Amino acid sequence: MRHSEQEKLISGCSVAGIMNESGRKISGEAIIRSIAVMRERSNGLGGGFSAYGIYPKFKNYFAFHMMYDDKKAMADAEGYLKTNYRVVKSEEIPTIEDKSIKNRPLLWRYFVELKDKVKNLYYDLTEEDIVVNDVMKINAEIEGAFVTSSGKNMGIFKGIGYPEDIGRYYKLEEYRAYIWIAHGRFPTNSVGWWGGAHPFGLLNWSVVHNGEISSYGINKRYLENFGYRCSLFTDTEVILYLFDLLVRKHKLPFDIVCKIIDAPLWEEIDRNGDDEERELLKTLRIIYSSALINGPFSIIISDGNIMMGLNDRVKLRPLVSLKDGDTVYMATEECAIREVCKSKKEIYYSKSSEPIIGKLKN
Amino acid sequence: MAKRPTPTEFIVERDKDRCIACQVCVRMCSNDVHIYDADTNTVTSDNSKCVGCHFCETLCPTDAITIKKNESSFKPNANWSVSVISDITKQAETGGVILTGMGCDKPYTIYWDHILLNASQVTNPSIDPLREPMELRRYIGRKPDKIELDYNKKGKIELKTMLEKQLKLEVPIMFSAMSYGSVSLNTCISLAKASHELGIFYNTGEGGLHKSLYKYGKNTIIQIASGRFGVHPEYLRTGAAIEIKIGQGAKPGIGGHLPGEKVSKEVSEARMIPEGTDAISPAPHHDIYSIEDLRQLIHALKEATDYEKPVGVKIAAVHNVVPIASGVARAGADYIAIDGMRGGTGAAPKVIRDNVGIPIEFAIAAVDARLREEGIRTKVSLIAAGGFRSSGDVIKAIALGADAVYIATSALIALGCSQCQKCYTGKCNWGIATQDPYLTKRLNPEIGVQRLKNLIRAWSLEIKDMLGGMGINSIDSLCGNRTHLRGIGLSDRELEILGIKSAGEPQ
Repeated sequence: MRHSEQEKLISGCSVAGIMNESGRKISGEAIIRSIAVMRERSNGLGGGFSAYGIYPKFKNYFAFHMMYDDKKAMADAEGYLKTNYRVVKSEEIPTIEDKSIKNRPLLWRYFVELKDKVKNLYYDLTEEDIVVNDVMKINAEIEGAFVTSSGKNMGIFKGIGYPEDIGRYYKLEEYRAYIWIAHGRFPTNSVGWWGGAHPFGLLNWSVVHNGEISSYGINKRYLENFGYRCSLFTDTEVILYLFDLLVRKHKLPFDIVCKIIDAPLWEEIDRNGDDEERELLKTLRIIYSSALINGPFSIIISDGNIMMGLNDRVKLRPLVSLKDGDTVYMATEECAIREVCKSKKEIYYSKSSEPIIGKLKN
Repeated sequence: MAKRPTPTEFIVERDKDRCIACQVCVRMCSNDVHIYDADTNTVTSDNSKCVGCHFCETLCPTDAITIKKNESSFKPNANWSVSVISDITKQAETGGVILTGMGCDKPYTIYWDHILLNASQVTNPSIDPLREPMELRRYIGRKPDKIELDYNKKGKIELKTMLEKQLKLEVPIMFSAMSYGSVSLNTCISLAKASHELGIFYNTGEGGLHKSLYKYGKNTIIQIASGRFGVHPEYLRTGAAIEIKIGQGAKPGIGGHLPGEKVSKEVSEARMIPEGTDAISPAPHHDIYSIEDLRQLIHALKEATDYEKPVGVKIAAVHNVVPIASGVARAGADYIAIDGMRGGTGAAPKVIRDNVGIPIEFAIAAVDARLREEGIRTKVSLIAAGGFRSSGDVIKAIALGADAVYIATSALIALGCSQCQKCYTGKCNWGIATQDPYLTKRLNPEIGVQRLKNLIRAWSLEIKDMLGGMGINSIDSLCGNRTHLRGIGLSDRELEILGIKSAGEPQ
């Protein structure tokens, strides 16, 4: 499906996220209800969820969630996986029977670790680098196979349908996670590729995105310098790779990354009275000018430790949040939070470029 | 053999009923086209001397003068055109090289006119620059791949990276190299002062620096070309950046020639050559015979200026521009200025101007792509030059991959230039390409500054409108962003080299 598709997918959307900062896990029931009340914002052509803390028994293994068009794609991808990884467990991802869910690919998951000989062969790369390279390779080169997620103790569940239907299809009420992120999609074309639904994932990262990235062309070319291959026909993947590059490879803290992808305006930087801070912000913009994300967006992104909501520089897409005790809620609309949070506290309307952060306590 | 008559290029039409014989045309024409006959109190014209600059037409108080192209000539012939026959005739008479001024005027494809820009509809709101911030600032210079941070004892982030010196541009447009000597001091002052007020840079060319221009040093890129005219320690220290000129789009592969007639006392001081002597720049730099020599010169200049100034290299867009640019980047240049074949000049052999080099559109697209493939694009900034006519051309060049553009011909047109292509004669009626004090005073630098500022302001407003339409609020997000470009009327091969899709293809 994917390889016959020539166009970049464009979509409007709803996003929602729930995180317990103490690491207390809740079932997927809440996030399904939360995203379901924003049904108006999706059109049945994409929904998905990411969940952190769901595989405690296999928390030291990379969990590969895979989609296959057919058995051949599955055999090719498994053959590739098995050369580099020891597969501890492989199983079909459990689903219910639901006739309304169409064009179902084969859904499979694998818990794997890198073989020592592979680590020795790529002694100059980290384990994560090797996994990233393999994910890029499978997604770009193995026809009909797609890596949905590749992190540890987390997974992404997504498909074509309304998000609440996709959630029930994957039986998410049976999973328990301390971070849940959801997405309901309103694509403006009708190509039904399951891999094109959100969230997008790489290693522990998962991101959902409402918006369109007008800087996509340069973000993509910038990332290609660092070995990332943008092959998913969506502008959202550049957000994912930018975070991976800046946080994991360049070792920058989240708040600094926000100052890069969502850079303050020059006039704000010029006005900043703190000489050191002004110099830092200026240097960030000069070095990372091609990593600036432009265009309307609201995103929720997580690496398992932090869940962050972020808007574009002029706040062209909605995002609200609420913190109730040690639980942080974020959503496109207030109703999605009220549906699952009993607190009477006021909703917080973040400003443009202002990150909303939930952080896991030790 | 009888001298073959070549037709005059222009005809001066004078409406006898309107002409009041005020003689302003007679006094003002530097080419002595107009002749006053006191006996009859009439003004007549010598068409053969007219260069078509339209200066008299502008001054005539009664609109009596019209300059027309001479249509009456030889039998029409696509191969043997009037200009071909005229050139051959001139060469048969003189045995000389045909000289010309300004950029190539041949009808090669102008690729800017075959590239279309994108705009947002519904799915992505366009941004209104009247209501929302819109950023045009760019920094030119070498950048590291990543920032290095440290944490102090209080846990506060400290910046470890020491950026190499950058040029801050408030608008990604600069004034390209035009030497004092080829153009008048009033032109230089107009460019320098406008740059200072606009927060951009102008370039000295190979003319050295007149003493009155030192105060604009912070907005000056000083050039070092093969003749080394006017280069001395204070010159190096005064500029904001140093540019080594290897080549020029209008005349790749050859040097320069400022005729002695233009070397006035003040020009001779700025260039450090005797008054009235020809200033001849050799074709190559005689200390650069290979890429490693360029590397040494770049580093010698950095040493001489305590690593406080970016050192750029200007090359002409030639067939091998891609590997040349890659080599220049690896030789340590902070920026590469690429000058396309439509770039202007004060004087060039016509055959070279019209037949050597490639268009800037291909050069900038191919170089940007190659530097990215090689992973060295961040190490060097790219400046595109050569025939930019409008903000549309500028924004397309930036989307193809240029960090900024150089303009010169457009700037001269803003100052009055009518593209008569006679700069090399030193008789510019508009006071631009001349050193004759009678002519140079026609260009009032205060008015010149205002006109240049107006032009850049107008283009900035247009660029902001186009950016907003694309849903972008910083020029940073357009630089190298070719998804916003589409080709029209181009072959697959041309689209491929430009790295853009065809109109009608979605993202």
